[in-house]
Amino acid sequence: MADKVLMKGNEALAEAAILAGCRHFFGYPITPQTELAAYMAKKMPKLGGTYLQAESEIAAINMVLGASSAGVRVMTSSSSPGISLKSEGISYMAGSDLPALIVNVQRGGPGLGGIQPGQADYWQATKAPGHGDFHLIVFAPSTVQEMVDLVYKAFELGDKFRTPVMILADGMLGQMMEPVTLPSALTAVPDEKPWAASGHANKRKKNIINSLYLDPNLLEKTILERRKRYDQITAEEQRCEEVQCEDAEIVVVAYGASARVSRSAVNQARAEGIKAGLLRPITLWPFPTDAIARLAKSAAAFLTVEMSMGQMVDDVRLAVNGARPVAFYGRTGGVIPTPAEVLTAMKSLIGG
Amino acid sequence: MKKDLNLLLAGFGGQGLLFAGKVIAYCGLIENRQLSWLPSYGPEMRGGTANCGVCISDEPIGSPLVVAPNQLIVMNLPSLEKFVNAVPSDGLILVDSTMIPATVSRTDVTVRCVPSTALAESNGLKGLANIVLVGTLFSEYEFCAYDTLVEAIRKSVPASKTEMFDLNIRALRLGLEYN
Amino acid sequence: MAIVFQKPKALTDDVFHYCPGCTHGIIHRLIAETIDELEIEGRTVGIAPVGCAVLAYNYFACDMVEAAHGRAPAVATGIKRARPDNIVFTYQGDGDLAAIGMAETVHAATRGENITVIFVNNAIYGMTGGQMAPTSLPGQVTQTSPYGRDTESAGFPIRVCELLSTLDGVALAQRVTVDTVKNVRAAKKAIRRAFENQVNKRGYSIVEVLSSCPTNWGLEPNDALEWLRDNMVPYYPIGVYKDLYPEEGQT
Repeated sequence: MADKVLMKGNEALAEAAILAGCRHFFGYPITPQTELAAYMAKKMPKLGGTYLQAESEIAAINMVLGASSAGVRVMTSSSSPGISLKSEGISYMAGSDLPALIVNVQRGGPGLGGIQPGQADYWQATKAPGHGDFHLIVFAPSTVQEMVDLVYKAFELGDKFRTPVMILADGMLGQMMEPVTLPSALTAVPDEKPWAASGHANKRKKNIINSLYLDPNLLEKTILERRKRYDQITAEEQRCEEVQCEDAEIVVVAYGASARVSRSAVNQARAEGIKAGLLRPITLWPFPTDAIARLAKSAAAFLTVEMSMGQMVDDVRLAVNGARPVAFYGRTGGVIPTPAEVLTAMKSLIGG
Repeated sequence: MKKDLNLLLAGFGGQGLLFAGKVIAYCGLIENRQLSWLPSYGPEMRGGTANCGVCISDEPIGSPLVVAPNQLIVMNLPSLEKFVNAVPSDGLILVDSTMIPATVSRTDVTVRCVPSTALAESNGLKGLANIVLVGTLFSEYEFCAYDTLVEAIRKSVPASKTEMFDLNIRALRLGLEYN
Repeated sequence: MAIVFQKPKALTDDVFHYCPGCTHGIIHRLIAETIDELEIEGRTVGIAPVGCAVLAYNYFACDMVEAAHGRAPAVATGIKRARPDNIVFTYQGDGDLAAIGMAETVHAATRGENITVIFVNNAIYGMTGGQMAPTSLPGQVTQTSPYGRDTESAGFPIRVCELLSTLDGVALAQRVTVDTVKNVRAAKKAIRRAFENQVNKRGYSIVEVLSSCPTNWGLEPNDALEWLRDNMVPYYPIGVYKDLYPEEGQT
């Protein structure tokens, strides 16, 4: 196994993308994802790859669309306001069945918001990453190591299901350093993609990358075909980590940075004799509904912790389906909750 | 059992606090422990206050945000005022007394005032007051082996600036031996 | 029997949906002839716009990508950077290129992206039914300038070739028309040079083709061409605005 190195989340994610065979990066500067783009700017020219600082996030995502159309591994990264600008292109990519990695190092919103870590883009990522009937696969890393590991998974699933994939991180994960093990060997990059628009070389029928279907019946058909892939993803790709959930009476549900805070709170609760556990979604879409529904049979109550006014809590409530109370605790606008606050929220839930 | 570290370093941007934090983080890496390093970021980095939290433990690090530091290193007055009461009882506060004329009135914590900026400058180590304070931290709270600390400095100094390594070690010794 | 005229190979058998008298068909043909002559169909990728030419992806026989409104230069950039050996062209109207996509247009040009841009300027939004375009002329009546384009409130038309010719990344910026046989031949030469520049890795080339829109101008096809000559050509003079390799001409 390779040695552990100390890296910032943003840089580790960038290095992982390079190791996963991505040689094309298009972006636009925004805090707090800056180090990711800077890392690519430094590395890509030496690898014969592309780092291109576009004129806008809109242009950047459409460059990603172009490169993906041509069949290569490609990515972009941004932060909350920039993702809003990219949402047009993301919708077109979904409608054109184009894989790509899109990283959102979230900050507080709405509007220009702030630059401190946030998780208020959950709805955007999982419910409405653009107009129209589609989903993204959304991963939520919680450690710098996961920033690395999920990049591999994102490219793999993106290619397998021909869909854009988002890594929904936040400013804390992007900025912090932790020991990380980088994969030593490159996993296989898929062979030439038969659907790509990269010149037919007079050897095959022309390929068209397109999301326009003027006949509503035909458009519905393409959406329903895509829906079958979504069903398969939902059945096969739900991921979460369960910590001390077996005998837990209160299960805290949290992802990303707030899962780290919640883990500390759960440990403190256990030390005080409270049977607490943590369920940490690793995929936000598909949401780990099955695991939560299973725990709804054994646990007495759920507490969702987010750095937002409460967004993922909707999905937790749907998964619990009324069987148990689901409470929420969150801080927003770039404020990170403390373990003590989460512990207090846990106590008030089981006490009251 | 090795000691846990829950350290906050705070001061002006440019005083090298993020670098000092990185040296300490490397100590955790070298000893194969769990660790996190989290800087403040954004406009406040441009000459304003900068701070950086470092956690080292044998258990997985939950929140890397150090809100109640067991160890606090401060290099300017605003940072002392901001964080002095965040340190729990029995905690440790290291103050650069060159930069901070004020004293700490708390009696439930250990306070070490080290004129680290003046010490560094008078020893030809301008800009290394941060590492002087790392030395004092180590003398007060031995969170790793000494050899580890030396190795961490070696890893943190760019390979192209080997002369900086010796200067950093001298700064470390200054802080370590300061009484 | 000798064949004296046939459809270029680089066009499919799909029947164009364009209105009678519209010059899109001519421009499509000129591009396809060029692709045939340069024998590049197998490595060409075309980018269709949003606008009347949105279905161009059905008409060209090469691989095609349909871009979002205005984003064709960004999409072309992505393809070209990923596959530098591909020949990449965009086909864009005035709303697509000079309104919603102006940022992408200017920046692809200033980066000197080695792509070919065919810009069809008919001074109106055709597909959506005749709204004012960034290139609609002062006083021109459209659905959204019913009293004539008032430059006091709607500003002035944009001369794209003139504007782009100031950028160092541009290899060729030329304006042509397809209103007469002679001008069609000249347009063909310009389009061919714009593709040859790309083959020879010379950077960004744009050919602006003044085009007619009989339907939305409310004119008979011949009257529309007359209107183009009388009104558009004076405002948008035909000519070469930038040419980094003028001595070479047609190869």
